[in-house]
Amino acid sequence: MEHSLKIKIKNLDFYYGDFKALHDISLDIYSNQVTAFIGPSGCGKSTLLRCLNRMNDLIPISRVEGQILLDNKNINDPNVDVVTLRRNVGMVFQKPNPFPKTIFENVAYGLRVNGIKDKSYIANQVEKSLIQAAIWDEVKDRINDSALGLSGGQQQRLCIARALAIEPEVVLMDEPASALDPIATQKIEELIHQLKKSYTIIIVTHNMQQAARVSDITAFFYLGKLIEKDDTEMLFTKPKLQQTEDYITGRFG
Amino acid sequence: MAIGIRKNNQQSTIINQQSNMNSLLRRRKLIQVTIFGLFRLSAAINGIALLVVVYFLVARGWRAINWTFLTQPPMDSMTKGGILPCIVGTLCLSLGAILVALPIGVASAIYLNEYARPGRLLRAIRIGINNLAGVPSVVFGLFGLAFFVVWLKMGVSILAGSLTLGVLTLPVIIGSSEEALRSVPDTYREASLGLGATKWQTIYRVVLPAALPGILTGAILGISRAAGETAPIMFTAAVFYTPSLPTSVFDEIMALPYHIYVLATAGTEIEATRHLQYGTALVLIVLVFGLNLIAIIYRARLQRRM
Repeated sequence: MEHSLKIKIKNLDFYYGDFKALHDISLDIYSNQVTAFIGPSGCGKSTLLRCLNRMNDLIPISRVEGQILLDNKNINDPNVDVVTLRRNVGMVFQKPNPFPKTIFENVAYGLRVNGIKDKSYIANQVEKSLIQAAIWDEVKDRINDSALGLSGGQQQRLCIARALAIEPEVVLMDEPASALDPIATQKIEELIHQLKKSYTIIIVTHNMQQAARVSDITAFFYLGKLIEKDDTEMLFTKPKLQQTEDYITGRFG
Repeated sequence: MAIGIRKNNQQSTIINQQSNMNSLLRRRKLIQVTIFGLFRLSAAINGIALLVVVYFLVARGWRAINWTFLTQPPMDSMTKGGILPCIVGTLCLSLGAILVALPIGVASAIYLNEYARPGRLLRAIRIGINNLAGVPSVVFGLFGLAFFVVWLKMGVSILAGSLTLGVLTLPVIIGSSEEALRSVPDTYREASLGLGATKWQTIYRVVLPAALPGILTGAILGISRAAGETAPIMFTAAVFYTPSLPTSVFDEIMALPYHIYVLATAGTEIEATRHLQYGTALVLIVLVFGLNLIAIIYRARLQRRM
């Protein structure tokens, strides 16, 4: 499969007030691949992920320096509309967070807020996304029931369907399986494997087996710095740095 | 032998400790039972107080309640007849107040909770709202008289009274609406923004619907308070006596709380109209309960739909 440069992170620093959370991160992310961010809690992997769709804008005291280029365009440029950016860079959160609406309305939400009114198009897109997220068979008979009645694993796949419905180019996943049981986790992982055919996927996880199973490229972070980045197989079998080896073998972290 | 004695000693200390612990456990449990008993009593006092008030009103007022009382204007210098103009007046004022306070209050709460950046302006506005909540109601009455009735030339009218009551209930509505907005999890906002919704779309389509039950609770509190207030409407909307029902918002009206006050302090036959006073109070209470009930049912239906 063709892997072209999708996101280029150049010398990125990130601050929460006076606290520097990310130090001089440079990283390339390619399309149709799964890139995993691993590292212990507080290492900055989620912060970096949330820089990519500017979710950190919601924190008033935060500040970004350096560049993030999406298709060669700086996403922090004043001319870039953050609403458009987020429409193209979708996100799945750590805890399943469906809206207190019906299953159908959850998936249709992104289409509706982006101004799509065509009912048959919306219905098609909802069905397509639910099939893509491997949850269609479980919900097709209760599509107009509340999404809050679904199990945690189903809710998370619904949230993935919701993100896919507007056909973003990049999907960010922030520990998408950390609140789920092993069977639901397995389903999500299989799903990620399917999705990389059509999307660029970046996943944050503190589960190293998960990173090894689902990703093509793995980046290891520690204390706000990018320590090592390599093909997943290489990083987990022949890490170049002692620090990386200590972490993946469970000696610290 | 010596070893055996020591063993015995050890055992007896352990047993001693255990019996000590048992008595300690008994004491801890006793303390818990006592404390919880006090809590239960405190909670019960609320219910008892309400029951006493309602019993008192029903016992003294139910004889006054009949079809004539509910459907006729007062007659014979308000010693006979009914209180229909008062019922209509209080309904008009309560609904008017909520129509004024709910949109402004919810809009303010949205601004304060969703848009305003923390800083001096925000702090100043909050201090203002808190102070507004602490202003005695008679001061609102005088303000309404000076501002709405005289300066804006509304005269003593439903409009002036509703606006005055609206300003009075505004802090209640803002407070509970803000509380309701704060209780909407940030994960909803993030999910919506992450799908390319604007901030306003997020508020309108996700945050407000989720906060609506809480906002309605505030509206219930507001409307209850507005319906029972006397001082703010004394100078702005209510009159001593008018047999006719209002035909426009510029009409003056009678109102239940003011009618009770008038009958109990300034009537021609204060003692002879006692049952009418209690009857009017009973109607007022039932009216407030009724308004609450409508809002509670509506809220329950909203919550079930989620």
